[in-house]
Amino acid sequence: MLYRETGQFKTTYAEDIAIFPIRQDRIALAVLLGIAFIGVPLLATFRIWPFGSDYLLWAILLPFLILALAAIGTNILVGYCGQISLGSGAFMAIGAYSAYKLATGVHIPFAALGFAISIPPLPVLASILLGGLMSAAAGILFGIPSLRIKGLYLAVATLAAQFFFDWAFLRLPWFTNYAPSGSVNAPELVFFGLVVRTPVERYLLCLVFVTLLAMLAKNLVRGNLGRQWMAIRDMDIAAELIGIRPLYAKLTAFAVSSFIIGVAGALWAFVYLGSWEPLAFSIDRSLELLFMVIIGGLGSIMGSFIGAAFILIAPIMLNVLPTELGLPLSTQTITHLQFIIFGSLICYLLIKEPHGFARLISIGKEKLRLWPFPY
Amino acid sequence: MASIARNVLILAAVLSGAVVCTPAAAQNEQFIPILSYRTGPYAVNGAPYANGVVDYYNLINERDGGINGVKILFEECETAYATDKGVECYERLKSKGPTGAAFINPLSTGITFALTEKTATDKIPIVTMGYGRADSKNGAVFAYNFPLLGTYWSAADIAIQHVAKELGGLDKLKGKKISLLYHDSPYGKEPIPMLQVLAQKYGFEFTPIPVTHPGVEQKSQWLAIRQHRPDYVLVWGWGVMNSTAIKEAAAVAYPRDKMIGVWWSGAEPDVTPAGDQAAGYKALMLQHGAGKFPVHADIEKYIYAKGKGSTEPGKIGEVLYNRGITNAMLGVEAIRKAQEKFGKKPLTGEQIRWGLENLILTDARIKELGFEGMLKPVSISCSDHEGARYGRVQQWDGKGWKVISDWYTADESLIEPLVADVSAKYAAEKKVTPRDCAKET
Repeated sequence: MLYRETGQFKTTYAEDIAIFPIRQDRIALAVLLGIAFIGVPLLATFRIWPFGSDYLLWAILLPFLILALAAIGTNILVGYCGQISLGSGAFMAIGAYSAYKLATGVHIPFAALGFAISIPPLPVLASILLGGLMSAAAGILFGIPSLRIKGLYLAVATLAAQFFFDWAFLRLPWFTNYAPSGSVNAPELVFFGLVVRTPVERYLLCLVFVTLLAMLAKNLVRGNLGRQWMAIRDMDIAAELIGIRPLYAKLTAFAVSSFIIGVAGALWAFVYLGSWEPLAFSIDRSLELLFMVIIGGLGSIMGSFIGAAFILIAPIMLNVLPTELGLPLSTQTITHLQFIIFGSLICYLLIKEPHGFARLISIGKEKLRLWPFPY
Repeated sequence: MASIARNVLILAAVLSGAVVCTPAAAQNEQFIPILSYRTGPYAVNGAPYANGVVDYYNLINERDGGINGVKILFEECETAYATDKGVECYERLKSKGPTGAAFINPLSTGITFALTEKTATDKIPIVTMGYGRADSKNGAVFAYNFPLLGTYWSAADIAIQHVAKELGGLDKLKGKKISLLYHDSPYGKEPIPMLQVLAQKYGFEFTPIPVTHPGVEQKSQWLAIRQHRPDYVLVWGWGVMNSTAIKEAAAVAYPRDKMIGVWWSGAEPDVTPAGDQAAGYKALMLQHGAGKFPVHADIEKYIYAKGKGSTEPGKIGEVLYNRGITNAMLGVEAIRKAQEKFGKKPLTGEQIRWGLENLILTDARIKELGFEGMLKPVSISCSDHEGARYGRVQQWDGKGWKVISDWYTADESLIEPLVADVSAKYAAEKKVTPRDCAKET
């Protein structure tokens, strides 16, 4: 009754090919964006519940947005193009360290040739976007093996990217500007003369990036490119026979995915962490992103958001809840309980719905269309 | 898309549950967050330390009724030594209690790096006793960082002083080979610049050898040590890495008495898993060692006799337990100092920062507190956030730690230029205007 497109007639092609063809979806999205862009900052500025402290913004919403962005990137590669990747953490790291190098100035002396490449420090926005591009370039490079090897074997090849870049950022002091501890500090976040400092400003900054890139991804996956990716995912030989070039399709998937992950990595480092070491982008991060897209739903942009929310927030909730309820448990028991419950929750979810949250939601939508007279 | 909205609503509902139901706190309480780790590969070292901290806060509440009547309210948060969890814990706990967090002890150099900028913005002191950023000794730049009792640069200098003493003089260091086996994280990397300075000055050959987190795999590193045959191996390890290093040293027959651990590699859990192989292993002491002192008698009387202890009574007096109570004591004394100026009530982080910066513990006061024999006098100031830079060396004889050296004092003439240089770089990068310490009161 509420969620039914009956009576919504499309009279132009533009309406027919709109991203969200159903009016209810458009309204819901507008409301959601309104809450995210206006509601949350307002509540946080006036410190109205539940934004009494910075906790919700700093420790939940900020990492949620950035990891959701990284999950969208991972989903393009894994969910849409079917190329399993365990290197997402590395691509985040490339985004972060490239942006750091560009924002602090690059100097590469070629002593033997008698000249040096010097790039003055770039503005933060340019650094972040160029960091994404660097990550895309690395993605293409490490995507080349995907033309020959498939499935789990490709996962192992992307694992090489993970370990290689972990090693590079840990061992080559050039990347960290010779910081004695190997830990680097993000530059001051200046965007067009405005300095981003408070949690609300940081949140809005990430929100803009996430909204734009999520829209971009949503548009890409329903267009020519996205259909090529999905054809490759579903059966690469059949895709080749109908005229899709695997080289182009796979490498564009690697490039777009790595670009988004790279931007997410730069945001993670600059906006969320502020100071970081390579451990922030370890193999654990790659696995975490993979779990996000599997649990959220392979091949779904919205699934990436839900997966990120689940993987990030569920453990924190399980950890906070016993203390807040005043249960007399030691932190160690709580942590062990958190692992047990979270693990069983994942098992239960995947048994009940192997296609993740996105599938649960589309089932929900189908049911809602028939409500209140199901047949 | 409707479902996104629904999902977000559910999410918000779940989240808000966590934020809203903070238990009503009595107003005359000072909140101190405890970032601890009792799980994961570093739990063997994290747990005794956290037990010491908890027991000391309980002692202040039970014996004295709080700090001048202001009760200590504390809450633990498990970080598992992971930087991202540490940041989450900090955000979770920083504004609890009537006045917010008094100060924060992350017990991880990685978390210290991640929090340094945030704590300065939030005006909450970050107390890193015997760890953290060595350059934060310079309080003019790092107003909110307090690497009390010794940084890793002090530790590196003390270790080399001890090596020189064993060899028979600083001039004997020339041509010797000294390796550093370090945890590959900001923690393990901190001493490297200082050791490079020392190597240059005294003419020994310095080789850093990294060990990947968590440190259970060290075969190739020890193979390299066997080939390279260094005269001494300094161990900058934590958690399982320490006992693994001792076992691997035994496997390649590297003499244990040529290994010197930093003060985080010199506690009971580091040597006992290696059994007899650990005999002869040496480690620095962050002033105190193992053993019981007058304060332990109070802890036994007021806490353990009432069954409120957080560990087994037999474990009181272990090295890391003692470090926990020392750390808690310095924090409590800083609050007491701040109360002298701001009144006997719950104070904000900014006020307690003043207390820390003006904290002076004389021998007499240390005796009064029951820490005689554990600590030397501490005097913190704007330009010196370290407060003291003494150390000794202890050796494991198979059953217990024996102190084998006299007190060493780190050579400030070598450390100070490095501190000035690195902290100035930080100030430039972060656009921090250094305070004028002459004008601070």
